[in-house]
Amino acid sequence: MITLIDYNMGNLRSVQNAFTKLGVSIEVTQDPQKLAKADKVILPGVGAFGDAMLSLRSNGMGEAITEFARSGKPLLGICLGMQLLLESGEEFGSHKGLGLIPGKVVAFDTALFAQKLKVPHMGWNELFVQKSSPLFAGLPKDFYLYFVHSFHATCKEEYVIGKSFYGYEFVSAIAKDNIYGLQPHPEKSHENGLAILKNFIRM
Amino acid sequence: MKNTFAKRIIPCLDIKDGRVVKGVNFVGLKDAGDPVAVAKRYNDEGADEITFLDITASVEKRETIVDILEKVAQEVFIPLTVGGGIRTLDDIYRLLKVGCDKISINSHAIRNPNFIDDAATRFGSSTMVVAIDAKKTGDSWHVFINGGRIDTGLDALAWAKEAESRGAGEILLTSMDCDGVKNGYDLALTATMSQMLGIPVIASGGAGKKEHIRDAFLNHADAALAASIFHFQEIEILDLKRYLQEEGIAVRL
Repeated sequence: MITLIDYNMGNLRSVQNAFTKLGVSIEVTQDPQKLAKADKVILPGVGAFGDAMLSLRSNGMGEAITEFARSGKPLLGICLGMQLLLESGEEFGSHKGLGLIPGKVVAFDTALFAQKLKVPHMGWNELFVQKSSPLFAGLPKDFYLYFVHSFHATCKEEYVIGKSFYGYEFVSAIAKDNIYGLQPHPEKSHENGLAILKNFIRM
Repeated sequence: MKNTFAKRIIPCLDIKDGRVVKGVNFVGLKDAGDPVAVAKRYNDEGADEITFLDITASVEKRETIVDILEKVAQEVFIPLTVGGGIRTLDDIYRLLKVGCDKISINSHAIRNPNFIDDAATRFGSSTMVVAIDAKKTGDSWHVFINGGRIDTGLDALAWAKEAESRGAGEILLTSMDCDGVKNGYDLALTATMSQMLGIPVIASGGAGKKEHIRDAFLNHADAALAASIFHFQEIEILDLKRYLQEEGIAVRL
């Protein structure tokens, strides 16, 4: 069973719809205990880092995710859900993340942009695969996905599986063992996004 | 690594009483008035986003837009925007809950500017689009409501700036002078507004041929919206994108 975590950070319906389209029913839960029985877990999320961590800590969901990650079974964070996998986030102050992958989340530094661009980074951009990953099986070396974010990950190269370019190069996909994170929204990224979710189902 | 951030092509569907209106003659669609079928078609052809504009007059029939979007979101996996008749936070909530991504507000925001703040605080700026219908009035552009019939007297550029400061995540800018004329977008208006704001501007009103869309992008539009040219397949989205790419504009192909 694929379990989707509902912690009141954004709408989950599109993620559910995408899996239904792929012929897989998923369980949506607010109950941390359900994670113990899950085969795969998805941590979605739209909103602010600090609020999200507060919500995950309020009912033991944060610990349950950490516990699940130790099991070696696949965990996928999407958008804010990816950012939460890292150690800290700098959105409205500094906040501690789940720390499952070493690294932190920082705001787009528009002073470093090669050209004038608007923030949030909202729209379609390419993900350049940096390292072979089961998540990107069957996909080309670079392909378009849909992004909506003002903050991005920074981490050691060893955890980077995808990069994108918006004003400068930034980390758009990360992985460490069984833990995966995607900055873009596969559930809103047409066929490329559905291909990624299909790969996750097959893991 | 080069700039690959794509300019967006957004077909717009006008929905009335649950059906696509303004005449659709898609080849190969059994029911060209079915919003789900039309949205799927655009999705397959490479639309980057789809906007639904609900022009249903009666309040009783408004609920149908939620049902439609619920069905579309089960089949179409690109961003979906809905506008028309949005007046309450609950209207927004119900549309987002079925899988919509962005909500466009227009006259209600003009009458109640605080609604932008309230909606952006609750649902996030990236969810909120403020639609502006602008018409050249003397040396500036005024904001019009009720389909261009009422001049609010507001300066379109000042209103866009205010909408941004109140939390709008994007501006859908329709030129009432150009809309329906198919002679191109209002490039001066688009360029001025887009360069003034820190949020994306979607150019709308006036697209008649591919060059018009290219010109909108060359004049700083972040996205281009059109209805009839896509409905009547005067321009195929895929052909348009290939043309734009040849012209040196980044598009998702």
